[in-house]
Amino acid sequence: MPVDMRTFLAHVELATPVLTAAGCAGSGRELAQFFDLHRLGALVTPSVTMAPRAGRPTPRMTETPSGLLNAVGLQGPGIDAFLERDLTWLAQRGIRTIVSIGGGTVAEYSALARRLTDAPGVTAVEVNLACPNLEDRGRVFAREGGAAAEVVASVRSILRGDVPVIAKLSPDVADIVAVARACVDAGADALCMINNPLGMSIDTLTLRPALAAVTGGLSGPAILPLAVRCVWQVHEALPGVPLIGVGGVLSGSDALQLILAGACAVGVGTALFHDPYACLRIERELEDLLQARGFQRLADAVGLAHRPPGSSPRIPLEENTP
Amino acid sequence: MQVTGTVLTTRRVDAFHALTVVAPGIAERTRPGHFVTVAVGGPSTSMLTRRALFVHDVKPDYGGTVELVFTVRGPGTRWLADRRARDPLDLVGPLGRPFPVPRDPVACVLVGAEYGSAVLFPLADTLLARGCRVDFVLGGAGAERVFGAMRARRVAQTTTLTTEDGSLGLRGRVADALPSVIADTRADAVYACGPMDTLREVTAVAMKFDIPVQVVVEEAMACGVGICMTCVLPVIGEDGTTRMVRACVEGPVFRGERVRFEDVGTIPFDAIGAPGGGARHAG
Ligand SMILES: Cc1cc2nc3c(=O)[nH]c(=O)nc-3n(C[C@H](O)[C@H](O)[C@H](O)COP(=O)(O)OP(=O)(O)OC[C@H]3O[C@@H](n4cnc5c(N)ncnc54)[C@H](O)[C@@H]3O)c2cc1C
Ligand SMILES: Cc1cc2nc3c(=O)[nH]c(=O)nc-3n(C[C@H](O)[C@H](O)[C@H](O)COP(=O)(O)O)c2cc1C
Ligand code: FES
Repeated sequence: MPVDMRTFLAHVELATPVLTAAGCAGSGRELAQFFDLHRLGALVTPSVTMAPRAGRPTPRMTETPSGLLNAVGLQGPGIDAFLERDLTWLAQRGIRTIVSIGGGTVAEYSALARRLTDAPGVTAVEVNLACPNLEDRGRVFAREGGAAAEVVASVRSILRGDVPVIAKLSPDVADIVAVARACVDAGADALCMINNPLGMSIDTLTLRPALAAVTGGLSGPAILPLAVRCVWQVHEALPGVPLIGVGGVLSGSDALQLILAGACAVGVGTALFHDPYACLRIERELEDLLQARGFQRLADAVGLAHRPPGSSPRIPLEENTP
Repeated sequence: MQVTGTVLTTRRVDAFHALTVVAPGIAERTRPGHFVTVAVGGPSTSMLTRRALFVHDVKPDYGGTVELVFTVRGPGTRWLADRRARDPLDLVGPLGRPFPVPRDPVACVLVGAEYGSAVLFPLADTLLARGCRVDFVLGGAGAERVFGAMRARRVAQTTTLTTEDGSLGLRGRVADALPSVIADTRADAVYACGPMDTLREVTAVAMKFDIPVQVVVEEAMACGVGICMTCVLPVIGEDGTTRMVRACVEGPVFRGERVRFEDVGTIPFDAIGAPGGGARHAG
């Protein structure tokens, strides 16, 4: 029996739980050369900003043990060109699209939300809170519940009620549960974690930082345990909130870890750079793993690792009776 | 497309390693200037990014083979250098925009430095098939770092070699030898592949002669397929404005005079979306 892989982000049903991670799937056209994007749970766009952005100088990336450091700096076309070119392309094809937005002020996030209210083809809006707050000496919104909540509340109040707002959190905080709770209280319908923790690498030949921006975001398998921990803690505190688990997912078993920790959907980022087909492969592997463990529904596995030690595994009865 | 190929042969040519890989599907789609990305380190490796390599030669044998030529730079290329016949190799390609080729039988100078020369040989074959005149200028730091001199002599009208230590051909860099080659051959166009400063020098020479120049740039790439935005450089568009464009999909072949070589590694203040324009410093 195939496993029922459907999942819900608030009231929005997704056919499969595997999504792309923001900023790791281009405009969609690039990956469409490799596979049919309809087979994704949803495509998450790069974080779009109001004005076009040229991003950071190069070098923007360096490889680290089981990871990648990047400092792209949200290079993108700005909201006008994004709506006209990229979103239209996705909407015309009926590809489920979660639009990620990024801003330097609460007003910029609000302006972005306003531009998205009438745009066709927006399944949900993901608020990238790992952007420097220009009104707070460039400290990122995600680092503190109050700043994050202000952004979420403003975006939530502008978007139509049937478009879920997803708050994307950073792991570089003392208390991720506090930030998560603040976002939910401010109206977030779902949470996505984790964005890149900050890291740094030094080139031992040039004796200088490897990235032009000095520090960069770490991604890839190196951060999977960090993502599992964050999802675990937030699901424990807020079991009713849909979570998208992101960070270092390379295989179906990585995805399963995040689901058992409490995620109902999984984002794939850096793995796409290595394998453009990664989302489809991970979905297949995840389904096989669920099936081998006797699950009939993905939903039954969400957060299952939280059950107390010693409690019997939830293998459905008919699987045990011959 | 992605293909798990099989290493057919390996060889060493001076400082270079060459791998011929059976890669049906990739081979027949490859045009001169295309590159592939190779997964390195094996299935449980900690090396996450594919390595970009130009396709040197394509042959129809065994359903299609591609030949890759490289020097060992770090752990990824060291792993590649240890591959043996029959080893599997995971390739994605062909990637990038290939060389534009002239419609008329014009005279072309092909300029290559180090392993950059490798990508010029399939181009030479295509140009010759169109009746073009082909002349080569090949260079490297020393004699063992000049790639393809013998083959160049076989196919081209003239071949000029340069080395920085003077161990082979003229002492100096390829751009030093280029003006006299352009003058002698009455060249109509230049094609160049090599390190960024070589491309800058070659472009300057071609512009002095007022002839078009196509350069193949090499920027560090994390994905090779246009989704990571790490491989950008400032390029002037048809409309005269500078954009940070992706070398992997908008290139790697560019018209030399459009690349702002002096500004590579920076965001020029007049580039679209440069800091100061709208929302700044996020990310
Ligand atoms: C389009 C293109 C075509 C290329 N073709 C060839 C070729 O035909 N022959 C050849 O020898 N080399 C070629 N290179 C360079 C080659 O990709 C690098 O030498 C190689 O990635 C280094 O990997 P490493 O692990 O040995 O070295 P490391 O320096 O340890 O590499 C670590 C990381 O940096 C990246 N990186 C480092 N230097 C470069 C670079 N110069 N360009 C791109 N990525 C880099 C690697 O991809 C990797 O992610 C090409 C590069 C590009 C962009
Ligand atoms: C090159 C690159 C660009 C990214 N761009 C964005 C972005 O625009 N918005 C965002 O919220 N996250 C962005 N991220 C973070 C990813 O969405 C993801 O949270 C993180 O990389 C961890 O997942 P991974 O290990 O699967 O890549 C980016 C990551 C990378 C590597
Ligand atoms: S290498 Fe990823 S966009 Fe060019």
